[in-house]
Amino acid sequence: MTSIGPNDACQLGEPLKLMLEQRFGAVLAGLKVIRGSVLTTALRCGFEDAEARDLALAVDEACKNIVVHAYRGESAGDIVLSIYRSRGAIVLHLRDFAPAVDPARIAPRELDDLRPGKLGTHFIRAIMDSVEYLPPPDGRGNLLQLVKILE
Amino acid sequence: MTDDVTENDGQLIVQLVGDVDLEHCATIRGLLLDGVSHGKDLLVDLSQVTYLDSSGIASLLEAVQMATKNGTAVKLFAATAQVMRVFELARLDRVFSIHPDLDAAMATGA
Repeated sequence: MTSIGPNDACQLGEPLKLMLEQRFGAVLAGLKVIRGSVLTTALRCGFEDAEARDLALAVDEACKNIVVHAYRGESAGDIVLSIYRSRGAIVLHLRDFAPAVDPARIAPRELDDLRPGKLGTHFIRAIMDSVEYLPPPDGRGNLLQLVKILE
Repeated sequence: MTDDVTENDGQLIVQLVGDVDLEHCATIRGLLLDGVSHGKDLLVDLSQVTYLDSSGIASLLEAVQMATKNGTAVKLFAATAQVMRVFELARLDRVFSIHPDLDAAMATGA
């Protein structure tokens, strides 16, 4: 995993261009639309098809965590997906308005653990170059930042 | 998504179609575990799977583990490159019995 440094994608050293911002209801039926948005935008940013599909998988798994664990399956919440690009990376922000999560409790499975589950977090960390929670703008909810370097 | 179950030479063949994801996980898991419960090898056709996520992997893994307890096998075949990529990311491509096509799956032990 490439280290980008804490806190902000602006540390990539160049201005970020907003490529997409969409607000979704936090329901499982909406995840296919989110995957499609990520795939299309990643391709526009210059990623190869296989890499773009990896990014869609990572975002999908992160959104599932929001739906199932942050909102706990309740249908009242939203997810805001923002996708930025710089010359060298794509930066994805997932904002939710659920109670704050403790990142320390979100752990991937051990690779030799063959019990079903916790694979989603492993996928996110395996695909992305940086995964971190940022302080949400108004202190409400959660803001997850995912960064992938464009090779 | 629609799924199909057939029997061929004493082995059950399940074809999964569409997105094998959390939205459809309950149906798929039920289909796989029901197939394994018949005491026969279960062959899972992945050729029409358009998307596979962690919950789909978990359902397949649960079926493999149940089959192992029953003394049978779950064999996967015809996975697309996109689906194979997810097995590789999960580092489970060597845990599952994955074959290029139905003939190879039927001819091979677990």
